[in-house]
Amino acid sequence: MNETLALELKHITKRFGTKVVANKDVNLDVRHGEILAILGENGSGKTTLMNMIAGIYFPDEGEILVEGEKVSIASPKDAFKYRIGMIHQHFKLVDVFTSTENIVLGIEDGNKYDLKAAAARVSEISSKYGFEIDPEKKIYEMSVSEKQTVEIVKVLYRGADILILDEPTAVLTPQETAKLFAVLRRMKEDGKSIIIITHKMHEVLSISDRVTILHKGANVGTVETKNTTEAELTELMVGKKIALNIERSEPLNICDRLTVKDLSLVNKEGITLLDNISFAVKAGEILGVAGIAGSGQRELLEAIAGLQHFQNGEIIYKNPKNDKDVNLRDKSPIQIRDLGVRLSFVPEDRLGMGLVANMDIVDNMMLRSYRKGKSVFVDRLPPKELAERIIASLEVVTPGTSTPVRRLSGGNVQKLLVGRELSAGPAVLMAAYPVRGLDINSSYTIYNLLNEQKRSGVAVIFVGEDLDVLLELSDRIMVINGGKITGVVDARKVTKEEVGKLMTADVTAAPAEPVETTETTENAETAEIAREGGSNDEKSEE
Amino acid sequence: MKNPKNKEQNAEVREPLIHITKRDMSTVKRSITVRAIAILAALVLAGIATMLLTKNNPIKVYASFFEGAFGSSTQVWSTMKNLALLLGISLAITPAYRMRFWNTGAEGQVLIGCLATAFMMWKFNTSIESGSMPEWLLILLMLVVAVVSGIIWGVIPAIFKAQWGTNETLFTLMMNYVAIQLIEYFLKVADRSGSNTVGPTILRHGWLPEFGISRYLIGIIVVALLTVFMYIYLRYSKHGYEIAVVGESENTARYIGISVKKVIIRTMALSGALCGLMGFLIVAGNTHSIDPDLVAGRGFTAIMVSWLAKFNPLYMLLTSFLLVFLSQGATEVSTSFGLNDDYSEIVTGIILFFIIGCEFFLNYEVHINRSRLAAIFGRKPAADEAEKEAE
Repeated sequence: MNETLALELKHITKRFGTKVVANKDVNLDVRHGEILAILGENGSGKTTLMNMIAGIYFPDEGEILVEGEKVSIASPKDAFKYRIGMIHQHFKLVDVFTSTENIVLGIEDGNKYDLKAAAARVSEISSKYGFEIDPEKKIYEMSVSEKQTVEIVKVLYRGADILILDEPTAVLTPQETAKLFAVLRRMKEDGKSIIIITHKMHEVLSISDRVTILHKGANVGTVETKNTTEAELTELMVGKKIALNIERSEPLNICDRLTVKDLSLVNKEGITLLDNISFAVKAGEILGVAGIAGSGQRELLEAIAGLQHFQNGEIIYKNPKNDKDVNLRDKSPIQIRDLGVRLSFVPEDRLGMGLVANMDIVDNMMLRSYRKGKSVFVDRLPPKELAERIIASLEVVTPGTSTPVRRLSGGNVQKLLVGRELSAGPAVLMAAYPVRGLDINSSYTIYNLLNEQKRSGVAVIFVGEDLDVLLELSDRIMVINGGKITGVVDARKVTKEEVGKLMTADVTAAPAEPVETTETTENAETAEIAREGGSNDEKSEE
Repeated sequence: MKNPKNKEQNAEVREPLIHITKRDMSTVKRSITVRAIAILAALVLAGIATMLLTKNNPIKVYASFFEGAFGSSTQVWSTMKNLALLLGISLAITPAYRMRFWNTGAEGQVLIGCLATAFMMWKFNTSIESGSMPEWLLILLMLVVAVVSGIIWGVIPAIFKAQWGTNETLFTLMMNYVAIQLIEYFLKVADRSGSNTVGPTILRHGWLPEFGISRYLIGIIVVALLTVFMYIYLRYSKHGYEIAVVGESENTARYIGISVKKVIIRTMALSGALCGLMGFLIVAGNTHSIDPDLVAGRGFTAIMVSWLAKFNPLYMLLTSFLLVFLSQGATEVSTSFGLNDDYSEIVTGIILFFIIGCEFFLNYEVHINRSRLAAIFGRKPAADEAEKEAE
């Protein structure tokens, strides 16, 4: 190839702390006038890599070349200097400003601040590529798709020739996605280079010219889209199977413990997060839940736990004591408990939801039980004994029971949380990403605990991200994709590739993945980084 | 992330000269030492300022400080009274602050308690004098109405916060001005002469009885009991535990089924009630008069008291005493040395600056990069980067 490349990455490595390697010796090239898709599981380092091109992170090793010349991109400003613009997953817009005001915000080109001229240029760019944008409309009046348009025009206005889009379709309806793709194709014809991060296989196949696949932070292959198949991409994405040797017993005395019927959940923005979900968990089995992060796993578990209001459907719990059915719909966590439902929940956000970071171990142990008794005072003796029991039996490393949990390591925090939830003697146990960020020993402690629960007849719902673990630990795997269930498979027979396919299959009717609108952009950003970093941690331990 | 700028010129990342990290927790010994050093440094600096600005002997000035707070039995009682007032209001706002509800409306909540008390005194003056109502009933009525008004003033912003997520800092702040205007209105109605205060000649009845040595004693006892109550309430009660959980993480509260709305409203009701009670004590026990400046900014000073004590009622005894001592002493110094108020404010300012500033050294560790320091002064780089703690 004698044509110069628009962008080239050579041997890029990025570490977070000493243990986490987000990107490992990545090479990547982007041609003029092409759409390159970046494909990879959660935590495979896609966003980190793109952030390095956009000047948000700086690589620890390696070099970046733009138009064949070595450059240093230390800030988003530098990135714009090299005509690189990134459209982040979480928009960075000022709500009370108009689209034009947001677009010109922060530009220092020495010219007079002229909103009229700017609005005219915005309209010009829009008509050139076929955007629909109202230069005078305020951001808070806009739909998610309109906001995204503003973000794209913002980088075009700054003269970007290389555009990076981080999961742009995650927040769009199929119609909006089709529109976006039409615009992207027009930009490509105009000679712009576009990098698009996505999980959705059919989108990769329909929009991209080439695909680069990342796995555990490394580039495992770049292929021409027209020469590849979905199967090949899935295989590259999920990687080779690893044997973990988790002990798995056959389920005994199984009977349906928790049945979910036609569950649908639409959030305040009108986006469907769960779409007509039905399944049953049996006592004495582990039901694995697989899916790309943000496919509705969190909402599903929270709906069962009484933390999410849902529009449609039923959740039926069969009480093991008397075989009576209890409907958990529209019940608060307290009401659920008072109905005699023994439901334990290990949420994804350990220190932000499951525990209180600044409280000591004893106070965290009594989160569930402090209401007991009629006294107006709390009794700290039972939680102290519980804390000591958990510390001894799960080998929690801590200076004492009065240590704030934020000072403990991730594995110890998780042992305390799981220990507390198990101490209630659950009939249904839900665990969301219980081994994320944990070292290998702590991970196995958790797997063993889940297995023990299963053997004692508990119905276990295990939401995981590592397919190897899901395949080894679960009895059945339920795959959730865009808020829909795309399959329930026998974990003993299914292959990783099959699960991967179900995770990324086209679910046209499901419009969107959830948007975390309650978070501020900054928080969302760090949350995203933490998520990526955290899951890498887990993977690098294997 | 290290600063990646100027990456082109040199490959190694330039270490900053001063590097600040958060400390996990300070030992008791350390926190006492740091605070003692801070107070000492403040006294030295204030002494130097005194010498330079006023040419007075700083030792004599400091002696006069003590004189102001403890010089005579009147001054001791005055110190105790002010201490009780400030501590009481600080205790009242503390549960809300523990919940991370930034109540800046204590001033108004106390004032509305004062107004309610004064209003009842004014309203029933004649009933007492005609003998149709016993004195104790009036006092009880004053107390109840004051507490209820305080609750209303506290709960309104709490409801808006719980229901619609309004900003409580602004909301409670605005409520202060409403309370002040209501008092202004009351002054016009109760005293047609247009005086800017309504005093004991109009508020003739409903005075709290004097126990023994001082009329301030009853207020002091109430606040002492309140301190113990608040300590136990926050530390050992289920409510206190819920307040802590909501304050630390609303998500966790939701997860374990605490109704965040209920806790916010309940806690602000308690805060408001105690503020109302303080208002009652001020008017019925101390002043027997009312004017819009009656609380004298204690509603705001209380925030400092509570915060400096890390919201621990027992520590608040110390922090409120410190602030009261400073203001009493500074006033005395101003009068006995013929200095104006500005001087006492300078001294108070210097001392508070050091006391609040030293928190930084308790919460953060300062590392100075020795090799960079050496490079700046042109010496040979010393051994490894070592930690040097300032102060």
